[in-house]
Parts: sequence; structure tokens; C-alpha cells
Amino acid sequence: MYRNEEPQEKSSNNRRNFIKDSILASLAISLGTEIVYAKNMPPGLELIGLNSSPLNTFPGKSNALTVLNDRPVNMETPAHLLNDALTPNELFFVRNNGLVPSQINAETWTLTIEGESARKAKSYTLNELKTKFENITYPLTLECGGNGRKEFSPPAKGNQWTTGAVGCAKWTGVRLKDVLEDVGIKSNAVYIGYYGADLHLSGAPDKDAISRGVPISKAMEEESMIAWAMNDEDLPLLNGYPLRLVFGGYPASCSGKWLEKIVIRNKVHDGQKMNGSAYRIPCNPVAPGASVEDKDMCIIERMPVKSLISFPKTGAIITQGQKLPVAGHAWTSSSNITKVELSIDFGTSWQNAYVSKSTNRYAWQHFEATVQFPAKGYYEVWARATDNEGNTQAMLIPGWNPKGYLNNACHRIAVKVS
Amino acid sequence: MQNKNDDTTYLWRMAMVLIHLVFLFILLGLGYLLGQEQLHAFLNKPKLSQTQLEEFSKQRAIARKQERENNWNLVENGIHVKTGLKDDTHLKLVIGACTSCHSSKLIIQNRATREGWKGMIDWMQETQNLVDLGDKEVFILDYLEKHYAPHEVGRRENLDLDEIEWYILHLE
Repeated sequence: MYRNEEPQEKSSNNRRNFIKDSILASLAISLGTEIVYAKNMPPGLELIGLNSSPLNTFPGKSNALTVLNDRPVNMETPAHLLNDALTPNELFFVRNNGLVPSQINAETWTLTIEGESARKAKSYTLNELKTKFENITYPLTLECGGNGRKEFSPPAKGNQWTTGAVGCAKWTGVRLKDVLEDVGIKSNAVYIGYYGADLHLSGAPDKDAISRGVPISKAMEEESMIAWAMNDEDLPLLNGYPLRLVFGGYPASCSGKWLEKIVIRNKVHDGQKMNGSAYRIPCNPVAPGASVEDKDMCIIERMPVKSLISFPKTGAIITQGQKLPVAGHAWTSSSNITKVELSIDFGTSWQNAYVSKSTNRYAWQHFEATVQFPAKGYYEVWARATDNEGNTQAMLIPGWNPKGYLNNACHRIAVKVS
Repeated sequence: MQNKNDDTTYLWRMAMVLIHLVFLFILLGLGYLLGQEQLHAFLNKPKLSQTQLEEFSKQRAIARKQERENNWNLVENGIHVKTGLKDDTHLKLVIGACTSCHSSKLIIQNRATREGWKGMIDWMQETQNLVDLGDKEVFILDYLEKHYAPHEVGRRENLDLDEIEWYILHLE
């Protein structure tokens, strides 16, 4: 498999030591002298003025991510860094709505299930979840509903995600269904909603940063899970440590982080960001720029079919006659991807790429192809995926909506042949 | 009496010379000790590899960048370096009203008409605990409308060729 030439990220532990050493060394260089007895400095001591290195700012996250917003933290992954079959934890995008909780104690953490349609209220410690229920592991793709928002015109407000609010990790946890059934679900259950430990941005303790959820039918799917591990490690703090929901195929905002409570509702959940224009689109298509009343907006459920070119990084210059390998991933909220096509002539002609078999629903599949260019010049490589339902991707920006959700227009990279 | 006097003077002179010599030795000794410490520090200075040196200079660049970014008064090319916002008359008002809750990055990455920005302020007041901006709102809207207005891009914008870092791709 071709790899983009990028420096390998060190593990965070190595990085910390490295930072300590390099702070000392950089001080030494800038002062023109070695700090005598530096090795006797107590561990943990940091030198004022150098301790806020950006490498340190986002725990567990690579500094190669693009920071769209630091309060709340929102960071996306450049396309060429999504080349791994499973997205490494430090490269997985972050979409926070509130402030990351501090003082998390996994030992005492509990998850409570309650609500109008729960037969009783019941709490579980993390350890009880791990031991009482069957543990499951699935690769599942999570994508922010607003991924691609930047391209909408007129512009839509919010974080201007380009292509990188997506990743596919291997999640380990328990089936949400098993836990809900252990508590007991009344027959009038319609929806589940979550509450997490993150704080509202304003710091107001009576406001939730976000409290969304999914229809009960989605909650009962085999792959819908309460997860504590991502790629065989604890969840990164910014991705919801110690516990979160994971729903593949739905906007990632449904997959609540820092999960403390799940409510089984007898109506559509009405938590923070379930109403207004948040994660909702016009029920019927509207012209770009139209104003849409709340009553005409519908909650986004399934995410559209989409693909991403992760190799090469955009901007590649090759020489005439060279064959260019192209690789990436494709995903859908339907059962699987059946076809990925590439175009080097702005959609005039398409060639099929090899597509890997689906391991399970909601895991992305990988594609590979080799393309050849007829002459020197500027080219774009475009990718479009088709799923088993025959859904494919738009070349132009699809249905405008007030908040700029669900842009699945084909991904484009630039290539020069010299 | 004369002889005895001479002897005393001689002894006195000898004593002075001795005192000076002792003093000199003490000075030399101290100098030696101090010098040795520096010599040791010099000799024990660890050798840095090329990659370490590169990393260190990167770290220094980051430190310098941070120093720049932490300066609240620095404006470069019309940009307020600390926040990244465009510098203008009502910049401080905008910083005060907006960045206590969210990052200035959220403003910078968005584009909207005056009505659009007004709608965002209304939404933040209705749902996000933003206070009434009173007679300051008009100045804030003036600022946002002027500096963060949308531009027409059609149904799909060209790839941003200025943003692309072109590189030679080495293929086997």
C-alpha cells in the first residue's frame, strides 16, 4: 500500500518526554549556554513561558490535525492522514459542543438508564458493563453531519468542516440493546436520548452542551453500542473518555460522549440540539438561501454515501508516463459500497476502482486504482462511490440547507503532470 | 638598638611577603575551583544529533510564535495576531462580546450578510446565554458585515490552488 510521506507521530508518552528534553535544550540554545544540572530538575517541573506548546494543547491528539475551533474543541483530519485502514486515535477528528469535563474517574463512573419508557431506573459502573454484558468489537465509521459544510453557498453557519470530520475506528463495548433490555423497555418507547458530562460553553450548570439521540429502532441494532475502547485503547479524552455511544451511519452527534445517562423516551427526544436548525434539514428541498421555518425542518437520520481520496495528498506532481496509484475509503448508511469510480477528466469518463469487501455495516471500505494521464497538464482526480441501494454522490454541492449538512459531493484532489 | 630595629623591619617585611603569597594562593585556588566547574560543565555538554537540532529549532520557532501570539497589542498586515481577527475600530468590542464564550476562530471561518450575523447573535441570545448587546450591537454588526461577508462561489468552488502545497510525488 502506498503511503503519504509524513513524519510518524510519536506516542504521546514519548512526545511528553521529548517535549521536556527539547524545552530544556531549546532554552539552552536560546540562552547560549547549557542549563547546568538540568538532569536534576524535578520531574513535572516545566519552565514558565514554554509550557504551553501547541503540541501539548490537545491531549492525545496529533498536531497534524486542523484546528477549526479551540473553544469548543473542533479539529478535522487532513484527507491524506486518513490513509490508514482504521483511523488512529490521535488522528480521529474531534467535534465538541461544550467544554471537556475534567476530573474524570473511570473507577467511580456510572451510567444510568431511565426515562418514561424505561421499566425502572438502573445504574451500572463501568466494570459492571464490562462484566455483565457480552463484549463486542466493530469497526464503525463516524462522520459529523456538517462534514463538507465549508462548500455550501450561501454559506452555512457553524464550524466550516472541509472533508475531515470523518474516521473509522475499531470500537469495543457492549450492545446498547442488551443494556436497555436489562433495564426493560416499555412498548411505547420511541426514542433514546443521552446526557454527557461535558459542560455548556457558557459554563451554565443548568444547560446541556448537547443531548441528542436516535429512534428506538436504531438503538436496537446489532452494531449500536456503548463503547469504552477505541482501537484497543481507552477512548481519548476528547473522544469521550471513559464511555460513549457509537452509532454508525447516523450523524456522529448522535453518538454521545462522556456518557452518564440514557433516557428511553415515549416521544422524540427533545434535548439540546434536537430542535431548531441543529442537525435538521428542510423536510422538502429548498432553493439555496431560503429561510425555513422550524416546523418544516426534519431530523437527519441516515448519512449519505460518500468517499474520500487519502492517497496521494492533493498537490502531487508526477512526470508524464508515470502511473498514479490512488487509494481511499468509501462508506454508507446502507449495507455496503458496491462501486467506487474515479475520473481524471472532470466527470466526463469514469474508471472502476478495486473495492475491498465489507466487514460489517457502517465500516468503511477501501478502494485502490491506478490512473494514467494522457498528456502533461493540470488534472483533478475525483472519486464517487455507489452503495447497494444505488445511491451515489453528487458532483456539485447537493441540497442546500440552512446549517449546511449532508454535503456528499465527490472528493477532488489536484495533480500536475510535468 | 639600630640592629634590633633593622631585624624587626626585616621580619616585618618577610611577614608581609608571606601574607601576600598566601593571599595569592587563595586567589589562585579559588580561580582554579571555579574554572574547573565551568570546564566540567563544558566537557559534559551533551552532543546533539542533526535531527535533535532540527527539532530544537522547531521548538524555538514555536516558542517565538507563541510569544508573538500572546501579545494582545500586536497587529500585522491588518490582522490582530492574538485573535486572528481583522483589525478595525470596533475590534475590542467584538473580542469582548464574542470570545468569552467561543474562539475567534469560529468568527473567522464563517461568512454571512448583516442579516445572517444578526441571526447568529439572536440565536446565541436565545439558546446560548449571550447577553443583550445593547447599543453596541450595531457596531459589532458593522464590523462583522464589513470584514466577514460572503462571496459568490457558484454551485461549486474551484479547488483553492493558492492553498495547495505542490510537491514532487516519488513513485516506484
